[in-house]
Amino acid sequence: MSKRWTSILIPVLAVILGLLVGAVIIAISGYNPIVGYTQLWEGIFGDSYVIGESIRQITPYVLAGLAVAFAFKTGLFNIGVEGQLIVGWFAAVYVGISFDLPAYIHLPLAILAAGLAGAFWAFIPGILKAKLGVNEVVVTIMLNYTALHVTNALIRSIAKGDTTEQIAQTASLRIPFFEEITQYSRLHGGIFIAILTVIIIWFILEKTTLGYELKAAGFSQDASKYAGMNVPRNIVISMVISGFIAGLAGAMEGLGTFEYVSTKTAMTGIGFDGIAVAVLGGNNPIGVVFGAILFGALKYGSLNMPNPPAQIPEEMISVIIAVIIFFVASGYLFQWLYEKFSKKKGVK
Amino acid sequence: MDYVIEMLNITKVFGNFVANDNITLQLKKGEIHALLGENGAGKSTLMNVLFGLYQPDGGEIRVKGKSVKITDPNVANDLGIGMVHQHFMLVDTFTVTENIILGKEPKHGAGTIDIKSAAEEITRLSELYGLEVDPYAVVADISVGMQQRVEILKTLYRGADILIFDEPTASLTPQEIMELIDIMKKLISEGKSIILITHKLKEIMEVADRVTVIRRGKAIKTLNVAETNPTELASLMVGRDVVFKTEKKPANPKEEVLKVENLVVKDYRGVDKVKNLNLSVRRGEILGIAGVDGNGQTELIEAITGLRRVESGNITLVGKDITNLKPRKITETGLGHIPQDRHRHGLVLNFSVGENFVLQSYYHEPFSKIGVLQNREIYNYANKLIEEYDVRTQSAYEPARALSGGNQQKVIIGREIDRDPDLLIAAQPTRGLDVGAIEFIHKRLIEQRDNGKAVLLVSFELDEVMNVSDRIAVIFDGQILDIVNPKETNEQELGLLMAGHKVDKDNHQQMLDQAVKKEGEE
Amino acid sequence: MSLTDTIAFIFYNAIFYAAPLIFTGLGAVFTERSGVTNIGLEGVMQIGAFTGIISNLFLHDIFGGATVFVSIMIAMIVGSLFSSLLAISSVTFRSDQIIAGTALNMLAAGATIFLVKKLFEGKGQTPMVKDAITRFDIPVLENIPVIGKIFFQNVYLTSYLAILAAIVGWVILFKTPFGLRLRSVGEHPTAADTMGIKVNRMRYIGVMISGALGGIGGAIYAQSITLDYSHATISGQGFMAIAAMIFGKWNPLGMMGAAIFFGFAQSLSTIGPSIPFIKDIPTVYLYILPYVLTILAVAGFIGKSVAPKALNTPYIKGSR
Repeated sequence: MSKRWTSILIPVLAVILGLLVGAVIIAISGYNPIVGYTQLWEGIFGDSYVIGESIRQITPYVLAGLAVAFAFKTGLFNIGVEGQLIVGWFAAVYVGISFDLPAYIHLPLAILAAGLAGAFWAFIPGILKAKLGVNEVVVTIMLNYTALHVTNALIRSIAKGDTTEQIAQTASLRIPFFEEITQYSRLHGGIFIAILTVIIIWFILEKTTLGYELKAAGFSQDASKYAGMNVPRNIVISMVISGFIAGLAGAMEGLGTFEYVSTKTAMTGIGFDGIAVAVLGGNNPIGVVFGAILFGALKYGSLNMPNPPAQIPEEMISVIIAVIIFFVASGYLFQWLYEKFSKKKGVK
Repeated sequence: MDYVIEMLNITKVFGNFVANDNITLQLKKGEIHALLGENGAGKSTLMNVLFGLYQPDGGEIRVKGKSVKITDPNVANDLGIGMVHQHFMLVDTFTVTENIILGKEPKHGAGTIDIKSAAEEITRLSELYGLEVDPYAVVADISVGMQQRVEILKTLYRGADILIFDEPTASLTPQEIMELIDIMKKLISEGKSIILITHKLKEIMEVADRVTVIRRGKAIKTLNVAETNPTELASLMVGRDVVFKTEKKPANPKEEVLKVENLVVKDYRGVDKVKNLNLSVRRGEILGIAGVDGNGQTELIEAITGLRRVESGNITLVGKDITNLKPRKITETGLGHIPQDRHRHGLVLNFSVGENFVLQSYYHEPFSKIGVLQNREIYNYANKLIEEYDVRTQSAYEPARALSGGNQQKVIIGREIDRDPDLLIAAQPTRGLDVGAIEFIHKRLIEQRDNGKAVLLVSFELDEVMNVSDRIAVIFDGQILDIVNPKETNEQELGLLMAGHKVDKDNHQQMLDQAVKKEGEE
Repeated sequence: MSLTDTIAFIFYNAIFYAAPLIFTGLGAVFTERSGVTNIGLEGVMQIGAFTGIISNLFLHDIFGGATVFVSIMIAMIVGSLFSSLLAISSVTFRSDQIIAGTALNMLAAGATIFLVKKLFEGKGQTPMVKDAITRFDIPVLENIPVIGKIFFQNVYLTSYLAILAAIVGWVILFKTPFGLRLRSVGEHPTAADTMGIKVNRMRYIGVMISGALGGIGGAIYAQSITLDYSHATISGQGFMAIAAMIFGKWNPLGMMGAAIFFGFAQSLSTIGPSIPFIKDIPTVYLYILPYVLTILAVAGFIGKSVAPKALNTPYIKGSR
């Protein structure tokens, strides 16, 4: 099998298997999987409202997945997208409520602030890896919780409570037309930003000398150094770009979906789901879009599953996503099965 | 005649590749039996089958006349088969004792390891066979020679009486090789039998009783060493007659291209590795650097190419001071570099062949414009070089990983030579390659010289240095000990120089002692 | 409060909060020493906490006073089985260990709440358990003047079991054949293989030990600190245990020291207001202290720590 083929076939098989395993678990738990999946489908496509909400959910997933995928392509495991997203969210809302500016300045400024906050949060593991060779996985994990507690403290200090006020409408991503055609869902203009970012990142990775250098550093730091590239600088650039994208994902929540930020007791989960999106999308910017569409839609659609008659807790979908990821990540499983199968055939 | 090992009609297949095709190898008790073949001929596969790391797809193994199935290394150990691996199988962070007893640990009553009695047993064995080691030293801190002795002790500790030595001399000094040969003879005299895997004819002539030659996965012939000669073995190994001497015209050296003055470089641990070294290479000559691995060659090259900081001293390339410049600046000044480790440094294995061809030039026109890659230019250029350097690949889009070692090296050589550098540094350019690729590369180096460029060749293989170079600089302990003319020297003299022994023959023993002491410190 | 009282109070709270971290951190040491990163320990702790609480609620009538410890045992077994998913996918099927660990975390978060809702009519939170881990005085030792009061009166048994486990873990890792083999597999699997050690089997054992200990850690946390289970019961404790392992340089005793320190920092954010000086420190600093310290530790600002060499690389026979 060619590599191109398997990179599409494995995710597709994994999704099918994941949904099948999910159906079995649902059945064992005493629910009806067919009714459940029907409601899931309706929860995604049932009417214009849920379609709008599904797209709304997909938006940050595209960016979170892209942030993970971009870092991965350049040899870095940014497991800190979650934390970068949280600080981005806060920064966007902070700019959104603190300034009184015309929309064409205010909105870009708020988005930029989110990106820069995420970039800064990712700069820390980047510079530590570049200068001291510190494993970025450990640092980004630690920074996730640091981000959670720090933003909680900042929210309390500016809001005197657990939730900030609403952002000014000049900083909002909401588009009245979108709201109207989707029965006033929270669908906002962020999806354009997400798609634009995907295209830019694809171009950087595939068509520019910067992308060539970043990928070279990802595959082989030694060869990059040999070829006269500045590897430490490239590591920092990769991390900062990845963090910037993660920060944008936070802006989607802060300026689009919620228009405020509140303290959290646990992670948002979007950053970790971003890892799932990237894995499913084969760390390819275009693949990420498909991964985000699937997981974002499943995540939002699952909210319809607890309704009667299915009455299946929506957490089922996290289980299914996890199972899909196990299958995709264990790509060798398919190779192994393929070899077993073809061997048996050969004997006959 | 009693055979202790009989491998009969062994076949081992990986996917579509037949690594061992119906090979038969028989080891007599008390003999040293050499297994000769080029890299990739299937020697290691065969031995891994014997040692239980691979399962054969066909054939039979008999140990002391009994048919056996060696399903894993434990079974091999129980049958008295031990292997001394080429790449030492030692855990760096463990002590010598811990490495030796791993998997067969003596215990106290409470279930904890009895390190003391293990260390005593190791001391006993090391005295019996003359294998000096420090049982409590951590492996990361001991010399290569001692690491090899630990490897041998591992097999003896498990009671092996059949020992497989896999390319044992690859990283040893000439003196260490002499010691190893003594050890092997001692092992034979204590009743052991040995299989020696090697591609070095000289070693076989010196130490082996019989030799089996394999080529492309097939056993070609088994001969008594006393009844053969290196020329015959070489042609059996390669499958055609081999020219030992590389054809070349006399050198015509002109002005100086590279000048190294009083160079001091530290290694990654901060220890001085290059110590006040002086060197000069001229246009139209190949300067070979001979020396045992670890005497500062790597650091010297890295310093010249800008990959490692120069502590003091000066490096001048075509009249320009390049000391501590960035690698790219140095490259652009006129340097080509065929790096020692092609997988780690020379190629981005996951990049396509085309992308690898522009690894040093992707950032300027015509391969990119205002930061945007020009793929059409890149692949046109790649196709041109693929033809010129006879790179065997499906296409320029194939990842470099998919190429054979020889073809990967051709990509690097094509890339570096095509930039027409004033100085070409070739570090171990033929390591691990088959004879055909070696000849090709040597020709290219000489061509470069004949075109009036300077070539600096670093190699641990004496043959290569003697064949290709116009002058030989011997490096020892971070300094150029002497420069000799390859036509007026011989291996004995070079061997002594490489061990740090210069001219004064009376001090030989003293120098050797010093060398041994130095090694112990490292 | 007298000085002795204050010290006793701080110490008891520190090891009270540290106990789950020590168990889980010990698990992290074992799995990483075998060459497998288990960042799924957060999820394993969730599984442990969930299993512990559920067992406690349902087995209370059968086991009475012993319920808590029966629940911990069950959590241990379930945690171990759960973590075998990581072993199957990353050891046998060579998935990336970080990705598989992330999937483990997602699975645990989803599955536990799914089951809670299934069991308790759609509610996302279990009822409170009736039997919690209780405090007691250690006989004889409690009577030692001063020290007895600080260390041995009114303590949680689990705290001392945790310390004991770390010590036993250290002995196993550094003094027994099993420990030597486990470490060899994490440092140089090919070498271990040539010595006849089953690399993948050792890694399965390492991963499943981490699951067992993480399960214990989660069950102790839930049954001593939160007393119920919801999505926020385990929020970062698993990652903090990994932090303790790194901070403790992959050594059970170092890990224990770090865990006690982190436990101390965690307890300060709850008990701080009743202790002079500390009450003036904003709690956010106490919350982020373990994480920031770990970053400084891995950056080499606090001693040098070196991870096992073969970490996060699947072992494929025949490769070097």
